[in-house]
Amino acid sequence: MSLLQEPLIQRMLIVGLLVGAAAPVMGTYLVQRRMALLGDGIGHVALAGVAAGWLAGAAFDLAKQDALAIPGAVLFAIIGAVVIERMRSRGTAADIVMAILFYGGIASGVLLIGLAGGSNANLLGYLFGSISTVTWGDVWMSVGLAALILVIGLGLRAALFSVTHDQEFARSTGLPVDALNMVVAVLAAVTITVAMRVVGVLLVSALMIVPVAIAQLLTRSFSRTMHLAMGIGAVLTLTGIWITVFQDIQPGSLIVVLGVALYVVVAAVTSLLKGVRR
Amino acid sequence: MRSAVSESSTPTDVPPSLVEARDVRVSLQGTEILHGVSLTARPGEVVSLMGGNGSGKSTFVRAIVGAVPTTAGSIDLFGSPASPLARARLGYVPQRITAAGGVSATALEVVTSGLLGSRERDGRVGSRLRGLVPPRDAKARARAALASMGVEDLAKRDVSRLSGGQQQRVLIARALVRRPHLLILDEPMAGVDLESQVQFSHTLGHLKEEGVGIVVVLHELGALTRHIDRAVVLEHGCVTYDGVPPKDLGVHALPGHDHDHPHADPPVRDGSSLGLEAP
Ligand SMILES: Nc1ncnc2c1ncn2[C@@H]1O[C@H](COP(=O)(O)OP(=O)(O)OP(=O)(O)O)[C@@H](O)[C@H]1O
Ligand SMILES: [Mg+2]
Repeated sequence: MSLLQEPLIQRMLIVGLLVGAAAPVMGTYLVQRRMALLGDGIGHVALAGVAAGWLAGAAFDLAKQDALAIPGAVLFAIIGAVVIERMRSRGTAADIVMAILFYGGIASGVLLIGLAGGSNANLLGYLFGSISTVTWGDVWMSVGLAALILVIGLGLRAALFSVTHDQEFARSTGLPVDALNMVVAVLAAVTITVAMRVVGVLLVSALMIVPVAIAQLLTRSFSRTMHLAMGIGAVLTLTGIWITVFQDIQPGSLIVVLGVALYVVVAAVTSLLKGVRR
Repeated sequence: MRSAVSESSTPTDVPPSLVEARDVRVSLQGTEILHGVSLTARPGEVVSLMGGNGSGKSTFVRAIVGAVPTTAGSIDLFGSPASPLARARLGYVPQRITAAGGVSATALEVVTSGLLGSRERDGRVGSRLRGLVPPRDAKARARAALASMGVEDLAKRDVSRLSGGQQQRVLIARALVRRPHLLILDEPMAGVDLESQVQFSHTLGHLKEEGVGIVVVLHELGALTRHIDRAVVLEHGCVTYDGVPPKDLGVHALPGHDHDHPHADPPVRDGSSLGLEAP
């Protein structure tokens, strides 16, 4: 009980809950569009944004070198997502788009980090997550961004389903398809920068996709997949963070390992049950 | 309406066109696919759009529904230039292999998505990002649309696990749920069994009686033959025939469906030039 009164643990759990529930919402749309790995591409671009933020921070002589890192990541991620969306809507194959972004992001990230002279410790925080350093400022930013994702992602679910499921039909119904595509791209970018704090760039995509994959084993309905994935994501992040309170391990990797383990267990149980029914 | 300019000006007792496409040109990736295609459909009229593979049928209907941009010509829907709002009364069934996305969705969810977008309500047209009708009514309407295609029992099933013909019927239901005044179908009978084709033919007959205009891409008239008022044949992106449907003949019975020798003929409006009377 007393642990829950620790401000740091409170902060970690609040951010974890929000990110864990919000990430699968956008993950569902990405999987629906068969762009499950988009998060990886954008994540690497966001890393370049972190480095650009460091450079800018050094240039402006800011007291705290990290001050512009997250704004830089958000900016770069959104630009990356918009570029991906543009290329995709012009008919470039999704995997090619992703590869270009992925390599472009990581190469320019490494280059910029070198120029900015970022320390290894700093870099590791973004690669693997740094939830144990969250401040109340981070919490409020996460609350705001997660609320944005949840309100738009859930509020426009019907329209976003139509657009990600069958773009051509959506256009024939008069839906503002281009605007809705942009909403998906930008919200995916926002999700990635928020989730980066918890699990890091390298695993950001996992937090969006793994809960969806688990939910898919349990239901065949789109809306139920989304709701179930939100619950699974929240439980996974909370469990992972709670365990790291007692054990000194990386929360990001623990959360993803828990998710993958849950996937394996659920997959085994469901196929066993199917076998029994047969 | 706007027909006053054309020399064969329409008498006032002819109802206005639901769709009127004039000299539509479409280029895709630098290549012109449609070289000036015209087509009209009036209330209660069923027009079949025919032609060999690659002749531009799908491209043309995609231009009508706004899925590809036109480079020249004009498309009027319900008497005004095509726009997202004008599509409120349009129902569209795309040509496709599957109705599934990356996440599974139930047939009911897919059909309900037809209730979004520009919609007509109380005679007024508006755009809605969320469903026009309350969720409960939306479900009832979607179920009714599925029932009209004879697949009500598939409502809760995952569309990606349905057979091709079942998926096709779900997609037709998604267009019908909009209660469209103009229905555009791109090869709706592909993969649909004969019994279901006959059933759909009845549905088509009802829609026609209600005054719905229908443009349907077909390779052969088949079960729909008796409802079809007019056939428009495309070849290499040009209209080569526009007139009464050739009786009981699929497009492959028409001369020149072989694409090895491109057709430069102007549109013919006379069935006799097709040599249909020749034994
Ligand atoms: N996205 C695209 N980019 C470039 N060319 C295209 C594209 N889509 C279609 N085409 C070309 O346009 C032409 C017409 O294609 P379309 O799909 O309209 O034919 P169709 O008459 O519907 O054929 P089918 O009977 O096979 O459905 C074809 O030559 C095709 O190669
Ligand atoms: Mg076609």
